[in-house]
Amino acid sequence: MSRAVSLASSVAWVGFLVTLPLWMDNLYFLHVLIIAGIFIVAAMSLNLLLGYTGQLSLGHVAFFGIGAYASSLCSLGFEIHVLDVPITLAPKPVWFSMLVAVTFAGLCGWFIGKISFKVRGAYFVIVSVSFAEVTRLVALNWLELTQGPMALNNIPFLKFWFPGIGDVDILGKVPNYYLVLGVAIVTYVIIRRLVHSRAGRAMIALRENEPLATSVGIDVTRFLVLATVVSAALAGLAGAVYAHYVRIVDPDVFLFIYTVTMVIMVITGGKGTLAGPIVGGLIFGILPEVLRGFEVKPELQWIVYGVLMILIVYFLPDGIVPAVRDAWKRWTGRTGAPPAEPTGTAVPAEARP
Amino acid sequence: MDQLLQHALNAMILGGTYALLGIGLTLIFGIMRVVNFTHGEVYAFGAYMMYMFVMLIGANFIVSLVLAVVLGVMLGALIEIVLLRRLRGADIDTTMLVMIGAGIAMQNSEQLVWSGVAKSINSPFPSAPLVMGAVSVSWTRLFVFAVAVVLIAATYALIQKTRLGKSMRATFQDREAAALMGVRIDRVHTATFALGSGLAAAAGALLGPVFVVYPTIGDLASLKAFAIVILGGLGSIPGATIGGFILAFMEELGAGYVSSGYRDAMGFLLIIVILLVKPTGLFARKERIG
Repeated sequence: MSRAVSLASSVAWVGFLVTLPLWMDNLYFLHVLIIAGIFIVAAMSLNLLLGYTGQLSLGHVAFFGIGAYASSLCSLGFEIHVLDVPITLAPKPVWFSMLVAVTFAGLCGWFIGKISFKVRGAYFVIVSVSFAEVTRLVALNWLELTQGPMALNNIPFLKFWFPGIGDVDILGKVPNYYLVLGVAIVTYVIIRRLVHSRAGRAMIALRENEPLATSVGIDVTRFLVLATVVSAALAGLAGAVYAHYVRIVDPDVFLFIYTVTMVIMVITGGKGTLAGPIVGGLIFGILPEVLRGFEVKPELQWIVYGVLMILIVYFLPDGIVPAVRDAWKRWTGRTGAPPAEPTGTAVPAEARP
Repeated sequence: MDQLLQHALNAMILGGTYALLGIGLTLIFGIMRVVNFTHGEVYAFGAYMMYMFVMLIGANFIVSLVLAVVLGVMLGALIEIVLLRRLRGADIDTTMLVMIGAGIAMQNSEQLVWSGVAKSINSPFPSAPLVMGAVSVSWTRLFVFAVAVVLIAATYALIQKTRLGKSMRATFQDREAAALMGVRIDRVHTATFALGSGLAAAAGALLGPVFVVYPTIGDLASLKAFAIVILGGLGSIPGATIGGFILAFMEELGAGYVSSGYRDAMGFLLIIVILLVKPTGLFARKERIG
């Protein structure tokens, strides 16, 4: 695919998404898209680990939830007592709180990566899944800080300063839609630049063959930790956006089932492809709403998800995006057209060396 | 001091079932290289089967326990044959994803069948506890401990003394070499998964009457089993046995002296400490890369 076509389809996609609220006045559908967009950001961050370094983070929701709680608490302010010494934090502006949340989630990612990549294998998976459970327990039990099951309420919304317009309240569906769209584009660009950089090639090299990567002098553990930090920070960003959109956060944001949703999005769309999490995120962001229309019980929905996950691993192990691309290649090859990259997605999905 | 003694006694009793859970998981990981996310769900399955036989059908307690374990073994064999057999040789992430999918489907099936309401199981033992000086223990818990110890001993005997155990140990050491020597790897894998699942179901069936049964108990059971197995070293059976008791002690003491809300966080704390101090676990074998 030539650069011009690629650019044109990117512009077309972004244009379509930017103008969507102008001709789509169904607020409910917009809400579904906002939530799907937030999950897509989280899934993209998970893809960086799962798809590009080959490490499955099964506690990814922990970083999402930490982002949500950190940003909410920072913008609401709190007073806690550690060994009877009061620690207070006055409410901070929301944009600042979101930065704090991203930084804090990244730090947690660094810590988890640092301890679990001492040993290869299943350790990272197990440490991350336990970490998520502990964060849930803390959110549930540290009443003074998190209100526990009573949840954090009345979380302030984001105010954004635009040159020439002044302060804009990011409140309600349409402004939040644009916020999520902006965050998703920024996340996409960050991940794309990262995986196409030297660090990204190192990650892919170690996914493909770790001993070989080590033998050519790649500091494997360092790049694994780097990927975890970036991934955790972006998941934290998604969580912060979520918190200031729904404006209520309870310990249920840490449920394992949300990690599973992200994992399903990534592997369905295609792990290790830039477009995969977007395709998967759109499918599994909208599917629950369709199922709800048929009054399907939530348990049944999760059973369907579980079975679907197994079926995808068996029959579509690379996910939808690579499958579509291969089918396109075969089709164009048979009709005698020059070999072309798929144009269905706005991005060069192939990122393997 | 009395309080400490009481906590220690409780921990011993809980540790027996934790060890069962850990041995099952570590066997499956060691021999099959599968991170088994259905382990906790088989535990929950055991607990629900116990509930069904004892409370709904009214069967004898011991008979119910045996039936629950047998059904757990059959469920394990079924999972292995249907889901894992065709994935032989696949990498560890692929099997893990399949196991997660299966775990999700199983947990929500439990929720669909049994509803989210917690169920309790009556035990036939006298409700008055056995008092020994300053400490006391319920008869149900004593029974649970005794059965757990018998099952652990039986598992050791199976692995050390029988032909099947020999095949399992051979497969654990070197799958290809074992296959070349005429070990039927397929059968060993099915037997291993069935045995591991049977132990998980036994743990669930034993702890069901002690605590209450609800659909998400499997999540915590899985996490605890993972903690135990990391503690002992992935694949080490003695490690899992001792790891089970260590985790139980940590939880009891943590709940008793720190805060009961963080009881279930102790396993994670244990994992962190182990990874910082001795990343390969307490009883590491030679090869530790999964």
